[in-house]
Amino acid sequence: MEAYLWIIPLAPLIAFLVNFLLGRRMTDAATGLFATGSVAVSLLLSVLVFVQLDPEHVLNIELYSWIPSGAFQVGVGAYVDQLTSLMLLVVTSVSLLVHVYSIGYMRGDSGYYRFFSYLPLFTFSMLMLVLSNNFLQLYVFWEAVGVCSYLLIGFWYTRASASNAAMKAFIVNRVGDFGFGLGVVLIFVTFGTLAYADVFARAEDVAAGTLTVITLLLFMGSMGKSAQWPLHTWLPDAMEGPTPVSALIHAATMVTAGVYLVARANPLFEAAAGTLTVVAVVGLVTALLGATIGLVQNDIKRVMAYSTISQLGYMFFALGMGAYVSAIFHLFTHAFFKALLFLGAGSVMHGLNGETDMRRMGGLRRYMPQTFATLLIGSLALAGVPPLAGFWSKDEILGLAFIEHQYWIYGLGTLASFFTAFYITRLMALTFLGSPRFDTETIHPHESPRSMTVSLWTLAGLSVVAGFVGAPPEAGFIHRFLAPVFEHGPEATAEHAGGFTTEVLLLMLTATTVSVLGIVLGLAVYAWRTPALDPAVWGRRLRPVYNMLVHKYYYDELYDSLFVRTSRALGGGLWRFDARVVDGAVNGMARSVSDTGGTMRRLQTGLVGNYALAISLGLVALVAYLFFQV
Amino acid sequence: MSPPLEWYLLFSAALFSIGLVGVLVRRHVLIIFMSVELMLNACNVALVAFGRHLNTLTGQNFVVFVVTVAAAEAAVGLGLILALSRHKDTVDVGEMDILKH
Repeated sequence: MEAYLWIIPLAPLIAFLVNFLLGRRMTDAATGLFATGSVAVSLLLSVLVFVQLDPEHVLNIELYSWIPSGAFQVGVGAYVDQLTSLMLLVVTSVSLLVHVYSIGYMRGDSGYYRFFSYLPLFTFSMLMLVLSNNFLQLYVFWEAVGVCSYLLIGFWYTRASASNAAMKAFIVNRVGDFGFGLGVVLIFVTFGTLAYADVFARAEDVAAGTLTVITLLLFMGSMGKSAQWPLHTWLPDAMEGPTPVSALIHAATMVTAGVYLVARANPLFEAAAGTLTVVAVVGLVTALLGATIGLVQNDIKRVMAYSTISQLGYMFFALGMGAYVSAIFHLFTHAFFKALLFLGAGSVMHGLNGETDMRRMGGLRRYMPQTFATLLIGSLALAGVPPLAGFWSKDEILGLAFIEHQYWIYGLGTLASFFTAFYITRLMALTFLGSPRFDTETIHPHESPRSMTVSLWTLAGLSVVAGFVGAPPEAGFIHRFLAPVFEHGPEATAEHAGGFTTEVLLLMLTATTVSVLGIVLGLAVYAWRTPALDPAVWGRRLRPVYNMLVHKYYYDELYDSLFVRTSRALGGGLWRFDARVVDGAVNGMARSVSDTGGTMRRLQTGLVGNYALAISLGLVALVAYLFFQV
Repeated sequence: MSPPLEWYLLFSAALFSIGLVGVLVRRHVLIIFMSVELMLNACNVALVAFGRHLNTLTGQNFVVFVVTVAAAEAAVGLGLILALSRHKDTVDVGEMDILKH
């Protein structure tokens, strides 16, 4: 495995270098195929890694010593266990499908080669992030995926909104990464090393208080990257990027890096006191916040963005309960059905000349049957309808909360699940059902090209089957597969055995009922147009709530007045200080020298007589001095 | 019995001062030139007086040299003044302020 492991990240890196440096002179088809081919190689090798993985022993390779500086020894290496292997599969498979999809989606774009160099660059960075065997390497590639995210959100950089969204994403992420960076420093100070193997082995020897600080700082990084409350504001704006980017980076892979970080550092989080409660609370708040805002948004991609935020919240409160496998399982299924939803939304936009406002859609089912069918599968998977992927993973998290007697988590999570079913039904109904609300004279929606529908169908297939790796609950393949990674977690020592017990079956029934209720309500409001449930009437009736949701709980306004304006004011003040005081001092010095010179210059009359007089007077004074001194 | 040394020195100093004042206050370049000559000769008086007082010939030797050099200097100086007056069309030192630039 050591022989080919390094090719997995190398292939996309080569594709990036070739496309970025030579792409201008290559044909669009060549750049697209080259990038796609490189990711296909990575996927094949990732499958090979998965198959050949030694379940007994973690492969920890040190590629080379990167920073050998006294006690500070950092290398670049790979740490391959079951979790890594699973993440490799998720990243490479979704990345490959997004590449294939983009070949059709980006056709004709002037930045085609640029797109197909950033996308492999992101894939490379994400793979290196997942493969890291120490915290510094993780941190570096954590930042690298952030840069790729920045580049791709601002891909259409001539649009002010896109470049602003890119900056917002980058700056909000800085807040979280600041904490992450401090966490890495503190890990080194505490453990004297940054290598996973050494740190995790000694986690229990360190005071719980120190670990709490470390894990909270690491979790700050997770909150930024995974768009968790209160750092969630960047993700909806990130939808300014091309849709395949939203699918790959802002739904399936990069935003789940925060979940991966917590799962990877689970020995630290387990040994720390109190951090997991914070993780659970943040996750729960985010799940509810995302789901409620998603109810009223009109932009198809924004609904999905809030859905992503909400689903990531689920993963975090699963982590917070110590249900690491369930969180990773949900990450795994979510990657497929959310990528599918985004690519489907992209397909809709592709057919509608880039329209994203659902108020100007409707009735698209007739025009795009394939997109409709695949999106329907994705939606049902998200809503948690059995036997699709989301049902197994999301309801396992909720079920665990119930079994572990965390009833408040269960209750609020189920509420969020109801909202989820409702908003995704609303999205589907507004987009595909009813009659067209766009001008059918000028806009002729069409089905997307083959390269796009192939990806849609593949992801739809994965959304159907991915859930079965986790069936039956807590005793499925994925639970046995990932068990060694989380051997210190509570799951390993849990008393209940999992499987289809009566309790689990009842929970499944409840969850399904909630989802179906959400779907039926959504259909009643938006498809059957039941007069008693007219959304316009209810919007007026619940005006304060509606306004709050439409304005996304005013977080953007709050941050704008709290941080953006104050830092602008501070920046302006400092600039004025610099211009007036600092520059003033320097310029004043120069001016005073110049003025003195100007004054002194008048002494030099150029008249020999004056000079002679000065010499004579000097002589007289000198002689007088000598004369009277003696 | 010759007069005492102080008289000669006072005479020399007076002559030197007259020359100096002439250099400083007069505007005509020729007058200034002559005033410089006057200062030179004031020095000569002092040198001769000291030579006599110290009973040595060194002072008088020096004076002979000074007179020789003064003659050469007068030739060069007058030449310069002539050239300058032709060039500037004036002999007023107040006009000759090109050092300022």
